[in-house]
Parts: sequence; C-alpha cells; structure tokens
Amino acid sequence: MNPLRSEQSVAKMETGIPGFDHISMGGLPKGRSTLVSGSAGTAKTVFACQFLIEGIRAGENGVFVTFEESTDDIRRNMLGFGWDIARWEAEGRWAFVDASRHHNEMVVLGVYDFAALLRRIEHAVEKVGATRVSLDSLGAIFTQFADVSILRAELFRIASSLKALGVTTVMTSERTQEYGEVARFGVEEFVADNVIILRNALEEEKRRRTIEILKFRGTSHRKGEFPFSIIPGRGIVVIPLSAIELKQRSSDLRITSGSQELDRMCGGGFFRDSVILVSGATGTGKTLMATGFMAGGAVNGERCLLFAFEESRDQLFRNAIGWGFDFERMEREGLLKVVCEYPETAGLEDHLIEMRRVIEEFRPNRVAIDSLSALERISTSKSFREFVIGLTSFIKHQEVAGLFTSTTPTLLGGTSITEAHISTITDSIILLRYVELYGEMRRGLTVLKMRGSMHDKEIREFTIDASGMHIGKPFRDISGILSGNFTRIIPDEIQRISGLFQDDDFQPSQD
Amino acid sequence: MTRYSLTLYIAGHTPKSEKTINHVRRICQEAFGDDYDLRIVDVMQHPDQAEQHHILATPTLVREFPLPSRHIIGDLSAADKVRAALDIDTAANDDHEG
Repeated sequence: MNPLRSEQSVAKMETGIPGFDHISMGGLPKGRSTLVSGSAGTAKTVFACQFLIEGIRAGENGVFVTFEESTDDIRRNMLGFGWDIARWEAEGRWAFVDASRHHNEMVVLGVYDFAALLRRIEHAVEKVGATRVSLDSLGAIFTQFADVSILRAELFRIASSLKALGVTTVMTSERTQEYGEVARFGVEEFVADNVIILRNALEEEKRRRTIEILKFRGTSHRKGEFPFSIIPGRGIVVIPLSAIELKQRSSDLRITSGSQELDRMCGGGFFRDSVILVSGATGTGKTLMATGFMAGGAVNGERCLLFAFEESRDQLFRNAIGWGFDFERMEREGLLKVVCEYPETAGLEDHLIEMRRVIEEFRPNRVAIDSLSALERISTSKSFREFVIGLTSFIKHQEVAGLFTSTTPTLLGGTSITEAHISTITDSIILLRYVELYGEMRRGLTVLKMRGSMHDKEIREFTIDASGMHIGKPFRDISGILSGNFTRIIPDEIQRISGLFQDDDFQPSQD
Repeated sequence: MTRYSLTLYIAGHTPKSEKTINHVRRICQEAFGDDYDLRIVDVMQHPDQAEQHHILATPTLVREFPLPSRHIIGDLSAADKVRAALDIDTAANDDHEG
C-alpha cells in the first residue's frame, strides 16, 4: 500500500496489474468496491484473480468468492498463467469462499437473506487477514436466486459490509453486448462505487480486447478504451497508449545512419533519440538501410536490436554478409540482437508487449523494425495506429534511436497507410523510390523531413553493390519522381527555370 | 419408516430465528413424533460449517437424509409448503406435491 497525495480525498490502492495503475491514475479506489463488467470471454475472472494475486505478491492477502466456477476449475485454469493458488491457500494468503452452485436440490420458499454468505466472507477475510476481495460473478447468483429485489438489497448489504471491513473489492458481472447497458440485471452497477468495462470486440475480423474505466466515484482516472492483452505467465497487461505523453527529452547528439553519404544529407547524421521512417517499394533497399543502421551502430560499440518481420534469420544474415556486414560476429560480441518473427504468430498487442520486454531486457542504443507494414496486415487500422504510437513513445522514452521501414504498395510513387499513421510521430522520413530512366529502373533517395536540422532536399540516385549502398548525384533532369509521374526536362529548360528563382530549392511536383 | 435427519442454518439467535426453529420443530413433531434428528447451526458462530456445506442464505433447512439432500431456503412458516418440500407424506393428503 502506498500513501497517496493528501489533497486527494479518495485514496487509491495500486493493483499491480501491469498498465492498469497507469490508466486508473494510481489503482482502484481503496476500501471501496469496483464492478468489472464484460460480455462472455472478456477475462473478468482473470482480472478478479489477478487483482488478488498481484496483491499477494505485494504482501496483501486476498479472498476469492466464486459464484460460478468451482474452486477446482479456478485453481486449474489459473495454473495456466503460472499462478499456483493452491500453494497460496496452504500458506494462508488466499482463501476461497465457495458460493458456486452445487448439485443440491434447492427449493426457495420465500423471504431470505445472505447472512450466511456475508458471515463466510467476513470469516475468510479475518482468517487470512485479507485486504482484497474478489466476487466472481454477480450474474451467477442471479440465476441461483431469482428474486431481484431481495438480491439487490442483499448485494447492497454485502457491499457496505465489505466497506466496513475496510477491504477493496472487485465484483464481476455479465453484459450481453459490448456497447449498451453496463450489466445484465441492471442493478449491479448501483451496488458498486466504481465501474470498469472489459471488451472483446470483433473489428474487421480481428479480436480486440479493451478496458475502459467508466466511473470512479470521487476520484479521477484516464478516459476511453485502452487495449490489453492476456499473456501466459503474466495475465492481463494493459497498454496505456494515450496515457503516454510525448515529453521525453530530445537530444542534439548525432549518430551515424551507417552511411557517410546519408549522414551528410541529414546534416551530420540522425539524432540520438529520434525515430526515422524509411519508406519505399519492395526492393528499393529498405532492409539494406536497416542493416546498415545496425552495423553502423555496432561499429561504434552501440547495442543494436533488429526486429525482422519479413525475412528469416538465415536470409538476413546472408544478405548482410553480401553487403559486407558480419551479423554473426556482432551477435557474438553482444552488440547485436536479431529477433525474427512471423507477424501472424501473435496479435499486435502481444507483439508490442513482447517487443517492449525485449527492449527492456537488451537495453539497446538503437532499434530497427523491418517492416512495420508487415505488422499492419495482421491488424485493424485502429489498433495499428495505437501500436505505432505505443511503440514510438516507448522507444523515445528509452532514449534510443529507432528506424522503421515501411513498404509502399506501388512500385512507383505512392504512400502507404503506415506513413499516414506515423509520419507526424517520426522525426525523420527518408523516401526510397524507383526512377525509370532511359528504360532502366534506377533508385532514388530523398530526405523528406528531418526535424530540427538542415538537410539535403535533393533526390539523389543511390546504388547497391557488394559493399552496401552508395548515394550519388541528384537527378537533375527529371521531375515527378515522388508521384511516380516522371517528366523529363531538357537541361536548358532547368537552367532557364532556375534563373527565374533565386532560391534553387527544387521542389518536385506532387499531385 | 426412514428417520429424517435435518440441519437448520440460522443467522444469530434473534426472535426471528427462534420463530423459524419453532416452526420447523412443530412440523417435524407432527410428522415424526420424536423420531427425527434436527441440528441447529448458527452461521454467525460457525461460519466454517456454513462454508463446508455451501450455505449462502438464511434460513436454510437441509434435508440430509433421506437422500438426495435438499436445501429449502427462505420463509419456513408455511407448514404445507415445507412438508411438500421435505417430501413428508401426510396421511390425509396426496403424496405428490412440489
């Protein structure tokens, strides 16, 4: 438990559920009850269990009141997360109150109350010295006892008794739809002081889990839906996207891009804590750019991390050798880590959590992702945007340089959705484009944006050979490269036009 | 005749629970004379027993024997309903109720 700021009238208790304390601005209101409502399969029981488990890990014991699943089922199901409830029970840190339906015949004759249940909960709280209580789920008790008016009164009594005991309570309840009434029986939400909604919505054929704090009585919280994921061994991990603020320090230290020529175009290299987007059609040299970025760091003794979502490890290493970079040696020296993954192996939220974990563990100076577009195809545009924002701000917080590649769908010109989402977040954008010249495909490169620095604005030809990439002269007599609609201009004409303007900042036309 | 074995769970020794105990005793007395077992459990004093037998509501009358065991929950003052729920055959009335 940690004491909270004194001006806040309602104290909060850190739950320990990763990310949740951030979006709830300090945890659940302490000594109060919170309703966690969601449709089937939204991880309500996981939330209720994890609330207790994170407490036990922090030295606070818990009582779990189950109305629905048997205690055996819960013990078995939670073992999948690596949570050994039976052990905590033996240690006197977790107690069950089994209010699940047993196979007794039951006849209900008239007025009754839940004094027995309440006394059992109190008894369990006293027995283990609990500060946290979970009730899962209220809906099941409504199906056991049909009288809503009695239930309503009794649930109020239970909630106020729990408050009197000073414990912080999580109660779960069912909803029939993702957007609609808070809970099925229409009374659950009035029993609790606070309401949280869990969702597992189907969007564009993808499942997307979110958590939303609907109300915290008397205290503040972040608003809106936040994505979360369920990770084996960790449980619920909330991704506090919009809670992340872009207020990291920015550095004016320069680092090499891996190419001297490109460094020159960028006015002396990338900034140390900037995020660079490299966009181009397939085969324009994006992977090479990422490879060079890694090698350029490793040469200076920086730790480099590469997430590859398009090529296999073998392919990447072979290509790197072809360009004169020995990835294997760099890995041996501990300067490089290459993580290869098929985008389809996990959901985007899972990828983000895993990537954050690897970054935190490896502590790199620079990170490259090849490519973001590969991740885009496994997600909805909404969750992709959240992913990019989440990842970018995380990388910036770590004060590492990030280079992301993005594949444009067309060979000539064009932009991708990836760019539309992230161009405002990135500090620099480098475009790689094919240029058709005299019946030949050549490659062009330009630095479109370089935040906080002067940079070369020309479109230069670049070539790839056994020693990597080389940036050459600007394309002088051609315009419309970025749009893919090339127009050849006769040299005389260029000189004439240049003469018309003092500033010869050659801006290509774009439609 | 099978000897009935019953447990009555009450919450505290209040006038209300005394009344409930009396109701149940009277029903049993009328049906079995002294030939029955009735155990009274106060859940306030013995929450562990309520836990062990999965009792949520009070009052709850449990027919332990004859099997199957059956929980009768709520107001136990209506003797005919309680008898029916317990499957007590009354000489004058029909056997099959509830």
